[in-house]
Amino acid sequence: MKRFGVIGLVLIVLLVVAAQAASAQTVTITYWQYFYQSKVDLMTDLIKQFEAKNPGIKVEQVTFPYESYNQKVAASIPAGEGPEIINLYSGWLPMYVKAAYLQPLPKTVFSDSYMKSTYYPFVVDAVNFGGKLYAAPTAVRTLALIWNKKLFREAGLDPEKPPVTLDDLAAYAKKLSKYDAQGNLIQAGLTMQPNGQGHNWIRDVLFRQFGVAPYDATGRKVTYATPQGVAALQWYMDRITKDKVGYPNFTTDDVTAFKAQKAAMTIDGSFRIATLKAVTDLDWGAAELPSNKGIQSNFASFWTHGIVAGVSGKKLDASIKFLQFITSPEAMEQWLARVGELPANPKIAAAHKDDPIVSVFMKGLAYAHATAFVDEAGQRNLFVDMVDEINLKGAKVDDVLKRTAAQEQKLIDDFWK
Amino acid sequence: MIERRMTTIGAYLILIVLSVTMIFPFLWMVLSSFKDATQIFQSRIFPSHPTLDNYRTILLSGSSRFPQWFLNSAIVATCTTVSVLFFDSLLGYTLAKFSFPGKKLIFLLVISTLMIPTEMLVIPWYALSRAMKWGNTYWGIMFPGMISAFGVFLMRQFMTTIPNDLLDAARIDGMGELNIFIRVVLPLVTPALATLAIFNFIGNWNAFLWPLIVASKPKMFTLPVGLANFSGEAGSDWHLIMTGATVSMIPLVIIFIIFQKQIVRGIAMTGLKG
Amino acid sequence: MTLAKKRAMTAYVFLALPLVFFVGVRFGPMLYAMGRSLTDWSLLRKTNQFIGLDNFTAVLSDGVFLKSLGNTLTYALVGAPIVIGLSLGIALLLNRVIHARGLFRLIYILPYITPIVAVSWVWRWMYQSPPLGILNALFSALGLPARDFLLSPKEALYSILAVNIWVELGYCTTVFLAGIQTIPMDCIEAAKIDGATDGQVLFRIILPLLMPITLFLMIMQGIQFLRIFTPVYNMSSQAMGGPLDSTKSAALYIYQMAFTKFEMGRAAAASLILFALIMAVTLLQLRLFDKRATGQEQ
Repeated sequence: MKRFGVIGLVLIVLLVVAAQAASAQTVTITYWQYFYQSKVDLMTDLIKQFEAKNPGIKVEQVTFPYESYNQKVAASIPAGEGPEIINLYSGWLPMYVKAAYLQPLPKTVFSDSYMKSTYYPFVVDAVNFGGKLYAAPTAVRTLALIWNKKLFREAGLDPEKPPVTLDDLAAYAKKLSKYDAQGNLIQAGLTMQPNGQGHNWIRDVLFRQFGVAPYDATGRKVTYATPQGVAALQWYMDRITKDKVGYPNFTTDDVTAFKAQKAAMTIDGSFRIATLKAVTDLDWGAAELPSNKGIQSNFASFWTHGIVAGVSGKKLDASIKFLQFITSPEAMEQWLARVGELPANPKIAAAHKDDPIVSVFMKGLAYAHATAFVDEAGQRNLFVDMVDEINLKGAKVDDVLKRTAAQEQKLIDDFWK
Repeated sequence: MIERRMTTIGAYLILIVLSVTMIFPFLWMVLSSFKDATQIFQSRIFPSHPTLDNYRTILLSGSSRFPQWFLNSAIVATCTTVSVLFFDSLLGYTLAKFSFPGKKLIFLLVISTLMIPTEMLVIPWYALSRAMKWGNTYWGIMFPGMISAFGVFLMRQFMTTIPNDLLDAARIDGMGELNIFIRVVLPLVTPALATLAIFNFIGNWNAFLWPLIVASKPKMFTLPVGLANFSGEAGSDWHLIMTGATVSMIPLVIIFIIFQKQIVRGIAMTGLKG
Repeated sequence: MTLAKKRAMTAYVFLALPLVFFVGVRFGPMLYAMGRSLTDWSLLRKTNQFIGLDNFTAVLSDGVFLKSLGNTLTYALVGAPIVIGLSLGIALLLNRVIHARGLFRLIYILPYITPIVAVSWVWRWMYQSPPLGILNALFSALGLPARDFLLSPKEALYSILAVNIWVELGYCTTVFLAGIQTIPMDCIEAAKIDGATDGQVLFRIILPLLMPITLFLMIMQGIQFLRIFTPVYNMSSQAMGGPLDSTKSAALYIYQMAFTKFEMGRAAAASLILFALIMAVTLLQLRLFDKRATGQEQ
């Protein structure tokens, strides 16, 4: 009896030691991203591929809903409960860097020359803070005009000829809008959703197309409160108030409207490609954003990966390896195929220039601008409220624009203080 | 006489119209749950091709977290209810049947906690959860609800009706105090316990603010929090939202049907004794 | 040890854990919130300095907070009386009918026991603008113009309020009905024999006797509406309390300040202001109504 007890004890001790040794060999790192079905599915597969190539490293993917993503980050990273690698929106970089959530990428792997030769210039600019580079993306996205071919046919428009200028866009939208017997909109010619991509369209496209840049070169001064800015905003508001081709939150939001075929045209990002492809019976096309007076502009953004501050030792090595893998050419190709976002590497993207949908978004990259948000939600909401004030309260466009510019300036100033 | 009749008929009419207002949203919700992504946007009351697909998606598909959320809500509601039943009655019993210095003060203190709104407490609770690493654990979701001051008040009211001789007799028989509580006292207040259990379960099942804050990982969401997250960046899948809403109500409706008498009596009790 | 002492010891032993709970989960946190409201505690910065009443002045000079306070008071001052009035009326009607009383009561309680998140989304679905919303479809069938409901800064708050009222009706009706049924029939019979009309019976006997219950419900409902959060969160676009902050309640403001802006100290200050408001309204009601209740007893 006693002998069995001793043997049993020895066995248990050995097992424990073995388990410890085994787990000591395996490094586990955590990757956080926000929940978007196609991205999550792809990342699951990428992780499998990475783990096969790197036995001894395990990657755990955790996702959070978009609305509460930053909250979880803010709650966890300072408390030391964050992940090793984190996915974040390019617009949040100033905030994350200032709050010291990220550590600079190691120059040994992500050298300046590597970054310059791998990424679009606007990407390298966006991740550069004080000479240090803080993040590397897999994919970038731009906006495009997406239209419903069936609804075009029904309205007597050529389904292969989307509008090319803003004037065309306005005219088409009017033709494509339908109303019920009481005059309520039941089919939107063009979605008007500031809290979707609408605010980006106003900010980085419309303002510029009417002759004013939204911010100065430093990005810290608001410059759109000019007569040109007013003209741009007036054009946007006229679609809602005068032509009545759409309004914010029609059928809850623009994505729902377009998926339900209650909206004929929408302006959305390349990340929507996979979602739209999944809808049955939806015959759609994508075109470059309409120009105005010969000026083309686009809004580029990207979700990027960074290494969380404080990660060191074996976990840091594993994280760097993982980051390299998910920003590799193979990963970019898979990302394009399964999510629809464009490779962040211009050379890889160029290989796809004949794909009818991808090429449209890619063309936009050539003349795209990226805004560095200090408070993406806050700045977005200023524009949402701006549109609401004019549309729902009848406020005057130039008054509201001036007020919004002042409020946004204060937001930016407070951040950089 | 006729006047009486008229007013009674009038009363019935009003009540029936009101009942329709009460029930209609639920009917609409259930009808919508049988419509797929296309039918949900059609202007018809009844689905043209009713389908169970939404239920399949929500309950059976591998990617749906609904069953997990359901389980989480069930675990949290059950655990807190068991705890509330035990501790609230224990506290109510002590306050009703024992005399000791400070009894009045303690009773007032307990009742006064009813005045402190949860909205103020979530911030310190959040700090506490972070410090103790209770985030994303069942305990983190449950701990604020383990004892309820309202339940203490209720149980105390009931405990006062227990005849002291019964307790003394048990003591003379040599039963320990805890034993007396479990074997003698609790069986005598089962109606109150039932009411408390039902209300606590319902209240906990429906809790939103604190679970929203403390559960950051989707797999730890309770049902209400999960339901609130159905509408997001990829649009609003109304057919799924309505199905989710229907499913989230089913357990409560079942409890309601089985325990309607207790529920009605319980509600009435809170008002009359309040 | 004397018997009394022994009993007291037992009592303290029984009380120990629950009291630890109340101190740890209710009182302690309350004091903690009070303390932290005087600091610049934020989840984005590593500071924790004492800043006195700065948070309070910042919150009280924040137009959005003041708007949310106004909204909160509107929710309470409009909502509570309507719920009480309607449910009292329904209870009186229910008292009149004999058949199906139980069935009616069950139907009215149904909204109360179902999850508020679920009913919020159902109503949000019903409130949609054409071509989706069933309410607007009904209006259209009746030849009435469509309403914006949750999309209009003027109507949104009342649209949400209506849902909350709908939810609370069942609870209040049941309480009132129980109260009415405790009124001794002899009292009413006697009055009728003396020639009192139904109206006089209602206003001179039933209502005064229902005063304690009415007071109780006024206070409970008042507190409920002042704390409103879940319907606002689930029925406003992106849980913002819009459009244009027209539906934002104080509780939602606190939540946003703490968990989207991460300014915990400021949020704690705002939550204390809400707490003070709840206490003030409750005490005010107690004073006002208690006078009337005791006055009637003579």
